[in-house]
Amino acid sequence: MTRYIMFVCVDGDPDTDPAPEPDIEKWVADNDASGKRVGGDRLTEPQDATMVRLRDGKTLVTDGPFTEGKEFIVGFDLLECDSMDEAIAIAASHPMARRGRIEIRASWPLELDLS
Amino acid sequence: MVSTLIRITGDWSLAEDCTADAFEKAIARWPNDGVPDNPGAWLTTVAKNKALDKLRRAANEARKLEQIAIMNELEVDDVELTDDRLRLIFTCCHPALPLEARVALTLRTVAGLTTPEIASAFLVPEPTMAQRLVRAQKKIKNAGIPYRVPPIELLPERLGGVLAVLYLLFNAGYTAVSRVDLAEEAIRLTRVLLQLMPAESEVQGLLALELLQHSRRRARLVDGELVPLEEQDRGLWDSSLIEEGLSLVRAGGRYQTQAAIAAVHARDDGDYSGLVALYDRLGDGPVIALNRAVAIGMAHGPEAGLAAIAALPASDYYLVPAARADFLRRLGRLDEAAEQYRRALEVVKTDDERRYLERRLAEVEA
Repeated sequence: MTRYIMFVCVDGDPDTDPAPEPDIEKWVADNDASGKRVGGDRLTEPQDATMVRLRDGKTLVTDGPFTEGKEFIVGFDLLECDSMDEAIAIAASHPMARRGRIEIRASWPLELDLS
Repeated sequence: MVSTLIRITGDWSLAEDCTADAFEKAIARWPNDGVPDNPGAWLTTVAKNKALDKLRRAANEARKLEQIAIMNELEVDDVELTDDRLRLIFTCCHPALPLEARVALTLRTVAGLTTPEIASAFLVPEPTMAQRLVRAQKKIKNAGIPYRVPPIELLPERLGGVLAVLYLLFNAGYTAVSRVDLAEEAIRLTRVLLQLMPAESEVQGLLALELLQHSRRRARLVDGELVPLEEQDRGLWDSSLIEEGLSLVRAGGRYQTQAAIAAVHARDDGDYSGLVALYDRLGDGPVIALNRAVAIGMAHGPEAGLAAIAALPASDYYLVPAARADFLRRLGRLDEAAEQYRRALEVVKTDDERRYLERRLAEVEA
C-alpha cells in the first residue's frame, strides 16, 4: 500500500464535456468508506495564503501563494492505494479532475530509502 | 528473462545484473558441461538464485524479506515468460512516465538495446539518456506504478499508449531514412505485441501500417536523394511486406484507418477515390488536414488540391508551403511555385527534405 497526496487545483482550461459532474460529497463518502481516503480538506483561498521562507537566518513571511495567476491549489486529499493506477482512478472520479486538475504525489516517509 | 526477474524482485537494476551474471556463467560453463536441456530455465534459475543471494544480504529491510518469501513460491515456465513480456511493455509505456522515457525504457528493457545505442538513436548524449532511464525506473518504484497488464477497463486507453510508443519509434526510423534499424526494431516489437495479443485489430493495424510504409524504404532514397511516391521505382518496393501488410488491414480504429490509407498507396492502382473518406475518419489537426487536402488533389486534380489547402485553418505545419508548391508546379504556375519552395526551405526539418526542395526549386526556376 502506498500513501499518496492529491493536490486539487484550479486551472485555466476546464473540461467542456456537458455530462453532469460527479458529486463531491459522494466522492468523499465513498472513498472514506472504502478506506482509500484517509484525510484531506478544502483550503482557504489563495489571497489568504501565506508564504514562509528562511534565508540567511531571517524569516521571510509574504502574503499570497507561490503560484501566480489562474492556477492554484484549492484542496488536498490523502489516499492509501495499492498502486498509482488506483490513485489515478480515484483522482479521475473527483469533480475537480474535470473543472481543474489534480496532482498526485506518492508520500516519501522519512525512513524510506529511495536511492 | 529480465522481465520475469523484474516481476519476482520488483527491482530493475537487480534483475539486469543477475541476468548478466547468469549469461556470464553460461558462457563459462556450457562449453565444458554441455548446453542444458532447457537453457532458458537454467539461466532463469541461476539468475533467480543470484538475486536471492543479493536480497538475503540486504535482508535487514522488511520489504525485501517479503520479496524472498514470494520468490520461493513462484515457478518459472514459458507461459509466464510471455505474460511477463506483456507486463513489461505496458509498464514501460505507463502514462505517468514522460513520453521520451517510455520510448527509451521500452528500447532498453523490451528490445534489449544498450544505453549508448539508444542515445545515438535519438541523438542525445549518453549521460542524458542514462539519466532518463534511471529517472524512469525510479519513478516506477517511487510512485507505485504497478508492474502488470492493465485490467480490462483500462486496456483500450493503455494499449493506445503502447502503440503510440511503438509508432513513435517507427517514425524515428522512417523520417531519417538512414535509421532503418529503428524502424525494424519497431516492427519487431509490434510483432511481439501481436503475438501476445493476436486478436487486437489495432495492433494488426499498426503492424500493417509499419510494413506498408517500410516496404518502400529502398525506393524512397536513391543515391542519397529523396524520391517522391509517384516517381519511385516499383521494382524496389518489397512485395512480401506489402502482401503481409495488406493482409492485416481491416475495418477498425485509428491505426487500421492509417493502414488503409497506406494500403491505397501500396496497391498503386491509381484509385484514390476512397482516400478522402479515410482521412475524414482520422479527425482534425494540421497534419491530418494537410494530408487530406493533398488526398483531394490526388483524387480530383491539383486545382482542387490547392483550393483545399487554401481552405485550411492557419497553422505552422512546416509542410504546408511544400504541398502548395507541388500543386502550383503541376499547374505550371512556376513563379508562384518557386516562392512556395523558398518558403518551405525556410522551415524544412531534415537534410533529405532540404535537398529535395532545393532540387524542385532549381527545376521551377530553370
